[in-house]
Amino acid sequence: MMFMVATTLQCLRGAGQIDYANTKSSGTIRPFHVSIPAADIKDLRKRIKKTRWPDKETVADQSQGVQLDKLKEFVHYWRTKYDWRKAESKLNSLSQFVTTIDGVEIYFIYVKSRQPSALPIIITHGWPGSVFEFLKVIGPLTDPAAYGGNAEDAFDVVIPSIPGFGFSGKPTGTGWGPEHIARVWAELMKRLGYSRYVAQGGDWGSPICYSMAHLKPDGLLGIHVNLPSAVPAEVVAALGTGKTPAGLSNEEQLVYESLVAYAKSGSSAYNAMMTARPQTIGYGVTDSPVFLAAWLLVHPGFAQWTYGRDPEKFPTRDDVLDDITLYWLTNSGASAGRIYWENMGRGITGAAAQKTLDITLPVAITVFPDDVYRAPESWARRAYQNLIYFHEVDKGGHFAAWEQPQLFAEEVRAAFKSLR
Amino acid sequence: MKKSKSILTSTVVASALVMQGTLSSAQKGPSANISSAEEIRPFHVSIPESALVDLRKRILATRWPEKETVTDQSQGVPLATIKELAHYWATDYDWRKIETKLNTIPQFVTNIEGLDIHFIHVRSKHRNAMPLIIAHGWPGSIIEQLKLIDPLTNPTRYGGKAEDAFDVVIPSMPGYGFSGKPTSTGWGPERMARAWDVLMKRLGYTHYVAQGGDWGAFVVDFMGVQAPTGLLAIHTNMPGTVPPDIDKAAFSGEPTPSGLSAEEKHAYEGLAFTYKHLAIYQMMAGRPQTLYGLADSPVGMAAYMLDHGDHDGEPAAAVIAALNRTSSPTGELTKDEILDNITLYWLTNTAVSASRLYWEYKGGFFNPKGVNIPVAVTVFPGEQYQAPRNWTERAYPKLIYYNIVDKGGHFAAWEQPLILAQEVRAAFKSVR
Repeated sequence: MMFMVATTLQCLRGAGQIDYANTKSSGTIRPFHVSIPAADIKDLRKRIKKTRWPDKETVADQSQGVQLDKLKEFVHYWRTKYDWRKAESKLNSLSQFVTTIDGVEIYFIYVKSRQPSALPIIITHGWPGSVFEFLKVIGPLTDPAAYGGNAEDAFDVVIPSIPGFGFSGKPTGTGWGPEHIARVWAELMKRLGYSRYVAQGGDWGSPICYSMAHLKPDGLLGIHVNLPSAVPAEVVAALGTGKTPAGLSNEEQLVYESLVAYAKSGSSAYNAMMTARPQTIGYGVTDSPVFLAAWLLVHPGFAQWTYGRDPEKFPTRDDVLDDITLYWLTNSGASAGRIYWENMGRGITGAAAQKTLDITLPVAITVFPDDVYRAPESWARRAYQNLIYFHEVDKGGHFAAWEQPQLFAEEVRAAFKSLR
Repeated sequence: MKKSKSILTSTVVASALVMQGTLSSAQKGPSANISSAEEIRPFHVSIPESALVDLRKRILATRWPEKETVTDQSQGVPLATIKELAHYWATDYDWRKIETKLNTIPQFVTNIEGLDIHFIHVRSKHRNAMPLIIAHGWPGSIIEQLKLIDPLTNPTRYGGKAEDAFDVVIPSMPGYGFSGKPTSTGWGPERMARAWDVLMKRLGYTHYVAQGGDWGAFVVDFMGVQAPTGLLAIHTNMPGTVPPDIDKAAFSGEPTPSGLSAEEKHAYEGLAFTYKHLAIYQMMAGRPQTLYGLADSPVGMAAYMLDHGDHDGEPAAAVIAALNRTSSPTGELTKDEILDNITLYWLTNTAVSASRLYWEYKGGFFNPKGVNIPVAVTVFPGEQYQAPRNWTERAYPKLIYYNIVDKGGHFAAWEQPLILAQEVRAAFKSVR
């Protein structure tokens, strides 16, 4: 409903940046401007205020989930201090568009570099993320010279919202797993007139990148992922049986143990829930803003997050609230969860599940040490026949671009240098 | 023959317990001033009108997601199903009916290990009635067991004999219904099993039996394992019998092992189906506290609770069928009963505290727990799996009764109270 309002308010800003000559007749690309009705924001505040709370967890840590006191403080800030209009202004200062592909409206941020030789890149978010994760990398990628890089490392940046997320439309039928999204992204880049481009992703963006690499659409030169699918089949099997696989190096052994701990700690419960019953959980996250916040914050990517207490540390409290509020205002708690159902439980980190050995296109990987798992280079070498870049950086986690935008941009530049 | 200890004749305390239905105030209430820590206080349900108004308001203010993208229940409770139920819940459903019914039944609270335990206690008028404690599960409550009370305490009215009579005790699990909510860890089924024995002893029963399904089956299994003095036997309608290799194969989704009898094969298929539908339990086992929406959104809570599956579907086929049943002469589950139970969770704000039971328990599900006292088993066709006799005999070396009935499922007491009552009578005949 809100989505309709927003799309009808077309903003001319950014319209001039589209290369309409290249879009031809393949589908119209319309400028997009975010404008959430004040009533929606008021309703959100009212609902937060009226929250009925459960009792406190019976433990002194996060092992039962997002802790009551922390969440209460967080949503108090959300209701009383947080300003969505700032987030809206941030988005509206960028050129945003929508175009309909396979019957679903696809929203995307599209910022061209002033460098004529800029390499086009499509960057894909995941769950519980959104385009907000990438706002701070747009400058460093489109205008590297202003951020300590070289002008020849410039990118034209395309950041779409996955169908069912943010300002993209919500599929009303099935079949919208990573493969389909990959086809849609290829069509989007084609519609933008690009005949040479690269793709980047973490979280769901990672299997979407693999699917693009499998698809090998015309013009796709290579992919960079920050959540590599590299866990060898025998290690995946060992995680099922509980028998430690033989022959692991020290580094691999540590990673294996962290995977075991992850599985045992209940960290993947949210994943199991949305894989099986996105609609059932969808009712509560749609009706209760506090539940939506807790549901997104339960992602292990937030396990080390201090609720913005450390102002030096990204993402800030406002950053995370931009993201959560976007899910709320676009009412996409249920629709976003369906990507798990569509994926049918296929492992995101398992090399075999993602058929990584079939990928012939160049693959670049950056490992951020605090991500949900820390892929060893030995596993990555086994998983990818055309690994052009592997680097483990010294900081950053699951939301790499959000947490370490500068570092993330440097990695993307380095990763694709050889493909330009 | 069995005497009850200190049941307070004074009903003064009762009025002090009358509130939201949560026992938090009862825990801090006047009982602290009364001498015995083992005191048993009468309990009366009286939900403030404001809580009911607030519930209806919240249901009507529900913000809905769009429809599921499938035409079946494979993504969860369908939008149309929950919308229709929510509409009825907000407009026609009357909580006061069940409240009145509950208040015609003797209810009490007593503090066990620092927690107020709510329970129904109905004595039979027949002499030599056998004391029976009945344990409910999730997403159930004492509401599930109400239709058992009269047939068990008053068997002659239901074609039974006076010597089949039971004194019935139906406690609310800690964190559930009108019982208190644990504020620290440790309240798994093993501890509840010990608490139920304390309760029966406190009621003055020196000999008794226990019955349970769902979590109640775990509780009575662990009572059997603990084998406290006076516990003569248990009856379960969700027995733990599955041999470890079969259990493992079913859990990993392997094809049906060869060499199984037809009965075992059927059981295996039920297990495999169940193990494919564990997400709502995995969520509660993994991150129960994250389920804030179950406290804040009546529709979110109702959908979650409706999504408990049985042998015939997820949500349970028996529950979905009940949503279209307004009354039943044989006591089959009706829409109002579904809402009585859901509303009880809502009004006591126990959806999250109840979920923690899954987090607490780290053991196996359908595996034999090591019960060496007499055990009776009834197999219901709609239960998660139908325990074959040979597995059951192996799991329970002192199996005194095994019967397969032709109707009823996971919520046996709720779905087929007369059949379950008949089974309970038959099950315990030999230990009287």
